[in-house]
Amino acid sequence: MIAVEGLCIRAGSFRLEDISFQIPTGGYGVLMGKTGSGKTTILESIIGLRHVVAGRILLCGRDVTRLKPAVRGIGYVPQDGAMFSKMTVAEQMGLALTIRRVPDAAVKLRVRELAELLGITHLLERRPQGLSGGERQRVALGRALSFRPGVLCLDEPLSALDEETRAQMCSLLDDIRQRTGVTTLHITHNTHEADTLADCMIRLKDGQVHRQLLPRAADDTGQPIPAASQAS
Amino acid sequence: MNAADAAQYELGRPRSARSIALSDTCFYLALTIIGATYVLLVIAMLVADAAYMIRQSIRAADQAADPTWAMLTANPIVVALADPKIQYSIWLSMISCTLSAILSVAVAVPLGYLMSRHRFFGRRLLDAILDIPIVLPPLVVGLSLLILFQFPPFNWFARSIVYQVPAVILAQFAVAGAFAVRTMKATFDHIDPRCEQVALSLGCSRAQAFGWVVLPEAGRGMMTAFTLAWARSLGEFGPLLIFAGATRMKTEVLSTTVFLEMNVGNLEAAVAVSLIMVAAAVVVLVVARLFGSRDMGL
Repeated sequence: MIAVEGLCIRAGSFRLEDISFQIPTGGYGVLMGKTGSGKTTILESIIGLRHVVAGRILLCGRDVTRLKPAVRGIGYVPQDGAMFSKMTVAEQMGLALTIRRVPDAAVKLRVRELAELLGITHLLERRPQGLSGGERQRVALGRALSFRPGVLCLDEPLSALDEETRAQMCSLLDDIRQRTGVTTLHITHNTHEADTLADCMIRLKDGQVHRQLLPRAADDTGQPIPAASQAS
Repeated sequence: MNAADAAQYELGRPRSARSIALSDTCFYLALTIIGATYVLLVIAMLVADAAYMIRQSIRAADQAADPTWAMLTANPIVVALADPKIQYSIWLSMISCTLSAILSVAVAVPLGYLMSRHRFFGRRLLDAILDIPIVLPPLVVGLSLLILFQFPPFNWFARSIVYQVPAVILAQFAVAGAFAVRTMKATFDHIDPRCEQVALSLGCSRAQAFGWVVLPEAGRGMMTAFTLAWARSLGEFGPLLIFAGATRMKTEVLSTTVFLEMNVGNLEAAVAVSLIMVAAAVVVLVVARLFGSRDMGL
């Protein structure tokens, strides 16, 4: 679960006050809003890259507001993929595990497993230079998922892709959500992307958050699940 | 809207195509002429050095019994290279420039990184302080170093540093370091901070993110900083003269050799050593262009 309670963030003259929303465990939250409305700022606060003035951030029931990004256990995919240009695809996908002192053989196994899931096995020994936009995002996704994070944060991951690649990536993201059950927060401008993927829509408008559960999140009775009852 | 309607809305008459073309030609001609004067000055200086050297070689050859052999053995560069004093000066220049360039990069990496990535109290002041060695007259740098070594704790080591070989390296480093810091800051400014942020989210500490992701990306910039610091050190003269002295076979580097040879009226040797320095600088520039990225404004 991702829960944000009364979050207050200041960045220069820009400020966001009293932001609260929840994404249930295993849910796919899509955060939408105009350019400059503070979507990325909220995402960065959740990841731990931005100082929070007030409020709390809870991931999987744990208060992480004051924790360093390294210990929050969040997979992060930025807009342009942010490839490590001096590492091969396999090396960057295994970095999180190498840092966690996972044995080399296990790292290789995990990287191969992810590469198969993402369809990038043929790219493993290549450097990021020359990879297409779609390939870069798959690598970034693999890198973020490598250590089996409970939470995945995607910052406009498909915005630079063409229509066809975007559709493929959408179905890939949907597939990953179903297979891994990772709780996801996805920032986008694209309503089609949001409609395809979201089961929890969060709209940021004039510094206010409007949350809406979509039918995809409905339980067996067909009723949307109240977020509170899903807290884990 | 058709063409006639569009014509109605256009205010004033545009200049004729010929007049625009003429203006554009004049513009580029003016840029080229003004720019070319400087480029020609630089080239002319080097050509003059080389021409002087060739003239002296021919003169030496004319007086010798075997002109061809004399062209090869009696030309000023070969004579200069055979002089043990100049050999020592070349050797000391190479060693001291390399050491001061290594020291410069060693301080430039942490300073450049901190200034590029963090907004801290006193950052602008620090930025200004780092400009001091660049804007300060070189003689003042040397004098300030000399004065500094009159105060503790520096004066404890003054005997083994001032007017000794370490003074050469220290004086070169004092100026070259500032140039290396500028280069490294530009390098880190060009590295996307997102990469580092992703590394942090993957579980890296700051040091791990720096070591695994940032430093490898900064490799080319480090090479550029090194070559730039090396070239600055090679050209250093003012601070050396005051802080390290100009003692032959002791603290004499190539720039000091040029000065000493000029002082005794040996213009040939001065020009010969200058050409050796030009050759060294060209090699460094080529290396910098090969390794360094062109987008750092260097």
